[in-house]
Amino acid sequence: MNAALRQTLSPTRKPCGSLRVQIAGETCVLRCSGALWLPAHRTLIAADLHLEKGSAFAARGQMLPPYDSRATLDRLEAEIAELDPVRVILLGDSFHDRKAVPRMAVEDRLRLDRLAAGRDWTWLEGNHDREALTASTLGLPGVVLAEMRLGGLRLTHEPEPRTGTDDRQGEVAGHLHPAARVVAYGRGVRRPCFITDGSRLILPAFGAFTGGLDVCDPAIADLFGSEPMAAVLGRDKVHAVSWKTCAEPAGLDRRRSGRFA
Amino acid sequence: MTTLPLLFADWFARRSWSPRRHQLEMVAAGQAGAHALLVAPTGGGKTLAGFLPSLIDLAERGPKPQTGPGSGVHTLYLSPLKALTTDVERNLMTPIREIGLNIHVETRTGDTKQSKRQRQRDFPPDILLTTPEQLALFCAWEGARSYFADLKCVVLDEVHAIWSGKRGDLLSLGLGRLQSFAPGMRRVGLSATIEDPDLIRGWLAPRFNPPPLGEGDREAVEGADLDADSEASPPHQASPGPLPPSGGDLVRLVKGDPGAPAVIDVLISEGHVPWAGHTGRHAIPEVYAAIQRANLALIFVNTRWQSEFVFQQLWEINDASLPIGLHHGSLAAEQRRKVEAAMARGDLRAVVCTSTLDLGIDWGDVDLVIQMAAPKGSSRLVQRIGRANHRLDEPSRALLVPASRFEMLECQAAREAVADNAFDWEPIHIGTLDTLAQHVMGVACSEAFDMQALYDEITGCGPYRGLSWEQFEEVVDFVATGGYALRTYDRFARIVRTPDGRWKVRNQHIAQRHRMNVGAIVSAGTLNVRVAGRRGGAARQLVPGRKVGEAEEWYFEQLTPGDTFLFAGQVWAFQGIVGTDALVTHANDKEPKIPSWGGSKFPLSTSLADRVRTMVQDPDHWRVLPPDVQEWLELQAERSAIPDAESMLVETFPRGSRHFLVAYPFEGNLAHTTLCMLLTRRLDRLGVGPLGFVVTDYSLAVWSIKPMDRIDLDALFQPDMLGDDLEAWLEESFMMKRSFRNCALISGLIERRQPGAEKTGRQVTFSTDLIYDVLRRHQPDHLLLKTARADAASGLLDVARLGQMLTRIEGRIRHQPLTRPSPFCVPVLVQIGRERVGGDAAEMILDESAEQLIAEVMDEAAP
Repeated sequence: MNAALRQTLSPTRKPCGSLRVQIAGETCVLRCSGALWLPAHRTLIAADLHLEKGSAFAARGQMLPPYDSRATLDRLEAEIAELDPVRVILLGDSFHDRKAVPRMAVEDRLRLDRLAAGRDWTWLEGNHDREALTASTLGLPGVVLAEMRLGGLRLTHEPEPRTGTDDRQGEVAGHLHPAARVVAYGRGVRRPCFITDGSRLILPAFGAFTGGLDVCDPAIADLFGSEPMAAVLGRDKVHAVSWKTCAEPAGLDRRRSGRFA
Repeated sequence: MTTLPLLFADWFARRSWSPRRHQLEMVAAGQAGAHALLVAPTGGGKTLAGFLPSLIDLAERGPKPQTGPGSGVHTLYLSPLKALTTDVERNLMTPIREIGLNIHVETRTGDTKQSKRQRQRDFPPDILLTTPEQLALFCAWEGARSYFADLKCVVLDEVHAIWSGKRGDLLSLGLGRLQSFAPGMRRVGLSATIEDPDLIRGWLAPRFNPPPLGEGDREAVEGADLDADSEASPPHQASPGPLPPSGGDLVRLVKGDPGAPAVIDVLISEGHVPWAGHTGRHAIPEVYAAIQRANLALIFVNTRWQSEFVFQQLWEINDASLPIGLHHGSLAAEQRRKVEAAMARGDLRAVVCTSTLDLGIDWGDVDLVIQMAAPKGSSRLVQRIGRANHRLDEPSRALLVPASRFEMLECQAAREAVADNAFDWEPIHIGTLDTLAQHVMGVACSEAFDMQALYDEITGCGPYRGLSWEQFEEVVDFVATGGYALRTYDRFARIVRTPDGRWKVRNQHIAQRHRMNVGAIVSAGTLNVRVAGRRGGAARQLVPGRKVGEAEEWYFEQLTPGDTFLFAGQVWAFQGIVGTDALVTHANDKEPKIPSWGGSKFPLSTSLADRVRTMVQDPDHWRVLPPDVQEWLELQAERSAIPDAESMLVETFPRGSRHFLVAYPFEGNLAHTTLCMLLTRRLDRLGVGPLGFVVTDYSLAVWSIKPMDRIDLDALFQPDMLGDDLEAWLEESFMMKRSFRNCALISGLIERRQPGAEKTGRQVTFSTDLIYDVLRRHQPDHLLLKTARADAASGLLDVARLGQMLTRIEGRIRHQPLTRPSPFCVPVLVQIGRERVGGDAAEMILDESAEQLIAEVMDEAAP
């Protein structure tokens, strides 16, 4: 099949093809949605939802569609419906800014309550939503923590720098919005991805309007002592992509001007 | 008969000129206060004709008042090209200086310094030469109304190149605005020869006597659909008396005398005309010989990359060391200026160029125009030929170089079209709503507006005559809060109502951001191509150096470091991307490793396609063609069939392990690609297992696992494929995303520039894709999605043309089941397998595969 035709016939979508990896002795299922599933703990983890990012731009005069929270929650709800987790942990930056919660549409806000009902619901603090989460008047469901431990894993928003003595074994973090570019058929494709060296794991951003930072950026690349692997989110499959493939296409200093949104 | 004032008549006499008829008619139109459209071939003193009435008026004015009435801009000149404003300034200063007129002329473009811009605001010149983008910016100025209160005349140069499209929409809206500032303002259009001047007259005309529309009449305004008929029945049910159908008769039409007929030759190569290809590589030695015989030749090609290729090929055989230059839109401006100056000095013998030199800049004494590969349309060809001998009474000389046998037919057809004075017709263009949104925001930044008054002003603009009140409300809502069904943004509105019910921008910060983003042209994300230098030390870090030009980002995305490619006439090695720079180093390769992107950018025009189809079916007409092309046609008639002009030939045959279907609609690459996308979906449903497709301007080929000769072809080509199949495919298509991105940028949903930081194309592309996905799920009828769909259908997909073709061939498909490929199918079949590598330098790979195929086709041909 040639490239032009491949674009024409959209293949029927298959159920989520996920990828299993072991981190600090824990089985981690890297989901096609960008969420992490820990079967042993029946726990669903998602990072960087950035709810109400659209309205944050609108407040500054750029009228992005107000449907990003809805789209993000649709995807979270689909994961919850499929996996029925006993615990949901959001790895920080769940809200785009300090005033995000009051800006939410009523039905989106109520949906959060509905999703949280009957299970443990944990918000980890992130740099974007620390203030939003600590404002006690908001009445969000669940508990707010700075970080937490689960089995052999340490869950936190922002990955800690590697030191000579500590390679941050078992750390699961978000914050960086990793994305990888893969060149195929003469065209580059850029997609969000998980990135792990088997010791630590960084999740892609789960939010509908979240941009990405290239994994070759030192902010991500420097976190790993050995060459990590990117688990790139495809349409119906998570593709394991070697570091060589991620780093090769543009060569040189691949620092992009991307910012963490 | 109009006569010129003495001062001017003397000046003409001193130069031993006599004013041309059309120049006097333009003066008469000026004296009568009439709008005017001058249609004249290149070289007829068109620009002077446009300015003469203003010069005469200003000469009679006396000293200019420093303040108050009469102190403002008298004449505004708008040209589609920045470079043209400088050129025109030079030409305009000659009569002003020689007659001794006290007239102050200035230019203003995006490159003009801030200090000069400020001076122009404080002390307006008599004549301001600028671009449509600057006009859009003027419309968003605070105080624009008083600045332009004295405006007497607007001159639109090269109006044929700009009126039909989003740029034309924005320009038309800007004219409407100026007319409301200065109701007596005259509109003057200068155009090259076109098929139907009435289209431009209708576009240029202001609405006659805007009818007052009271509150009570609003119910009477019907939600008229935007269709071709709405021009004839304006939505204003309340308007007193009949409106002129398009207002075009308000514009006086002045026609220049036709120039001497051009002398056009089609190059018949010594060897033969190649079966396929699109570069004309085979003819390079003959092109070189033609350059040697001319003083200054312009060699036009259809794409930038093609220009690089031809330039390189010419230099390879440049034994006489002729000074040959290269000029295209991706080169650094500085480099282009150098080539232009060298042309003007007469230092060059030839320039390889793209459409950047199409428009009316006089850079030198061009005496030969060479068109490499078929021109794709007769209007463009005439425009290009006009570059040679910029004097009306001498014939222009042109040489067409067909790159393949079908192109030989096309060149012959184009030559006949020019001789018949038959130009390409343009499809009717309806004003786009993303452009309107940009304009409405601009108006709100300039002054508080009343909705009804602005609606009346806008529906007086050509492309928006059919705009319904509901559509207008939708646009205003979009400008205010993004136009979302979920109304959570009302308190963030960008424009707000004043106590007296008018709309104005919420604050100066938002106005400032809008002004930074004005202008309708959106280019693909581009990277600066820079020569890499090494910063010392062990790190051997590459740093960006001298800028060579700009090129599309996607091109570099397919390269890996070390790949060599052709750019700005040299072979470079790609080193990597840093920020918005593509770093390159000089390479020693003679042949670049990575072929340039090929294909012709412009699809074959409808009128030229008609001519080619008619020529193909008429064996008597074949005699004008070279013998090998005649033989090829005869062999086609013998092996397969020659379709009549109204039918479409479809051939099916097996080849290797695959089955092929080849059709010959002659409708251009865009319409063919769309058709293939839709055909393969149907073929997939029919279970024949389509494996791929390729297209040319003339034909298309689909191949599959199972044979296709038993398929009901009439059902396969049913026009109803343009319904659900098109919708379903479009939703997923990357073209929709590209089209949506443009609409989002133009409408102001996404800002290209923000105070402090310039967004790169990369970031914009990424975020608009996210927005597109969210929006089409949650509000599929959003204004921008509708606009993007309409844009994709008309621009990228050529759906209207495809629809006409499918209707034309309904019940008239001529099916020819064959046992092997026909002579006609060779050009499209050799495309297979190289659609990705595609293009010019891949020609060698192509040659090999083509030879095999041709041998196969020609087998047994000899008795």
